[in-house]
Amino acid sequence: MGIGRFIVATTLFDKLWQEHEVMTLSERQSLLYIDRIFLHERTGSVALDGLLERERSVRRREHAFCTMDHIVDTRPGRGDDTLMPSGRDFIVSTRHAAHETGIQLFDIADADQGIVHVISPELGIALPGLSLICPDSHTCTLGGLGALAWGVGSTEAEHALATSTLRVTRPETMRVLYTGRLAADVTAKDLILFTIRELSAGGGAGYAIEFAGPAVESLSVEARLTLCNMATELSAFTGIIAPDQKVMEYCSGRPYAPKDALWDGASRYWQSLRSDEAAVFDCERVINVSSLQPQLSWGTSPQHCIDWNATVPKLSDAHDADQAAAWERAQMYMGVKGGSPLSDYPIDAAFIGSCTNSRLSDLRAAADYLRRTGARVAKGVKALCVPGSGQVKRAAEAEGLHDVFLNAGFEWREPGCSMCFFAGGESFGDGVRVVSTTNRNFEGRQGLRVKTHIASPLTTVASACAGYLTADTPL
Amino acid sequence: MTPFTQHTGVAAPLMRSNVDTDAIIPSREMRTVSRSGLAAGLFAPWRYSDPDKRIDNPDFVMNQRPFRRASILLAGANFGCGSSREHAVWALVESGYRVIIAHSFATIFRNNAQRNGLLAIELGEEQIERLVRWISADPEARLLSVDLESCTVVHDPEQPAEVFSIDPVARDMLLNGLDEIGLTEQSLDRIDAFEAQDQIKRPWVYLERL
Ligand code: SF4
Repeated sequence: MGIGRFIVATTLFDKLWQEHEVMTLSERQSLLYIDRIFLHERTGSVALDGLLERERSVRRREHAFCTMDHIVDTRPGRGDDTLMPSGRDFIVSTRHAAHETGIQLFDIADADQGIVHVISPELGIALPGLSLICPDSHTCTLGGLGALAWGVGSTEAEHALATSTLRVTRPETMRVLYTGRLAADVTAKDLILFTIRELSAGGGAGYAIEFAGPAVESLSVEARLTLCNMATELSAFTGIIAPDQKVMEYCSGRPYAPKDALWDGASRYWQSLRSDEAAVFDCERVINVSSLQPQLSWGTSPQHCIDWNATVPKLSDAHDADQAAAWERAQMYMGVKGGSPLSDYPIDAAFIGSCTNSRLSDLRAAADYLRRTGARVAKGVKALCVPGSGQVKRAAEAEGLHDVFLNAGFEWREPGCSMCFFAGGESFGDGVRVVSTTNRNFEGRQGLRVKTHIASPLTTVASACAGYLTADTPL
Repeated sequence: MTPFTQHTGVAAPLMRSNVDTDAIIPSREMRTVSRSGLAAGLFAPWRYSDPDKRIDNPDFVMNQRPFRRASILLAGANFGCGSSREHAVWALVESGYRVIIAHSFATIFRNNAQRNGLLAIELGEEQIERLVRWISADPEARLLSVDLESCTVVHDPEQPAEVFSIDPVARDMLLNGLDEIGLTEQSLDRIDAFEAQDQIKRPWVYLERL
């Protein structure tokens, strides 16, 4: 550690940047050391193939991992075949490439298989202070542990595999400071949706965002992962939360986490990882969360969110002609009218899953609602619950959550991304309306003409049972 | 990577903000494991009125006469947001695009573009509007010229060219068509030295060598 380097008040992000800087390349660009690389069969196999084609090897095989999550089927009894026509090719070629390069693969039948951003913290592969990249935009999820984690393209992943480094342009720093206390039925998902609504979908572009304040400190580690997951929906470089005692407890004993003396050194160091009191951010935003309501999206961008009981905005309320045009397109696609409440819209399907909301605490929150109310999925609604990983699935089953879901009319699936996105295989059906715990409500994201409303697990389960969009959840 | 120095071509205005990579190339259009075969899926949800049957939507700009052969794309803010799929860049490049001019870009998209020789230029909203206005009068004949040496976009000969800025390293790599991995490999000794020090400082990072 350079003497006196931290005498200048420094942000958490800048500390982690300095810690990983191998050399500077230009005023804003540095060569950063990459501690962990995670790949999946959708975009990761291309990187491995590129490497093999150019006869390069993985510089540190022990720091690279791969999972099958995007294309693999989630229906019970699955194998290499998928409903997506060429799905099998992706699976087989990924397995081959992982084998050829000698990196650890969490294959379909592996007990630890699951969605990359769910299994990397679960296994202790993502840890506080580590730099971690994956050719997947939701890699920012791991910022919830205090990791420096961000999504890259396939070619960048290839670069990291070959050299253990990346050439990175340094983003500016932003702090979003949450004041006040969250109400009991308001979750981390609502918090991030509201943040995107406030800052806009491009509001984080060019920034690494630190989420801070008492409302963040009070969140569980899993909820912090949910919060950071959607930093990419702000177009941010990444999101990060300073690691604390809760994170130490979360990481301790995980398979790839350090043990014994190494653990002592690591956890001491990790607890020092926070922005200095006097650190100056390039941008500061303050959001009071005391009166925050559950959020639901009405449009085709994550910034198109409203309080669950508010009405869809009218075009005449738009700030300018551009916004009015964008709203008009979104309302047309979604089949919603300005001025109408969301409860006007019956849903066809409900989806609980994805790297945003498929951890044990998410499943518990939804199951708890079902138990408490005795409600069942409304007639005609297709409802799916997809645990994020094999570990989550087993833990949920040990508590009997699968029975709660099954008895209420949900399908209970094998771990994976499933219908978070439409790959050309399994779908909810053309043009249907879905309430979903996922992170993207883009046009066509969940299928041709599918209308996606994103929400928390609690709002999703309540809507599934009501048959229309609602967050009315009697405590 | 093909070097980029100068390019002149038809510019298609797609003046929307938050054009996401699911719109540029939907997941269902990424059918094979390879980086090619993506052009037909470019902007499929907007370009086709029926994507399965490939029936053109005549209202979409790329289906209109001069823009069918566009090699420059003009767009609003936050272009390329959403999924990190590099396929979005591969699909644009395969379709003949060399330059995207937008008010701003999502970081991963910009990085992906850079690594595939697709020039991503940021200009102010007014500058882009000026370009669109000028082109619109005669899109067939009014071509844009982009010069990476001088960092300019030349349009109306009566008007000064629009000047853009770009990271000098990125510019250098594009101009010379450098392979990034090869370039970094020249610094392998620096990486080794970093690791040697880092292993003492953060020993828990280094897992047992396979
Ligand atoms: S769950 Fe959805 S958002 Fe998350 S990694 Fe999978 S496809 Fe991407």
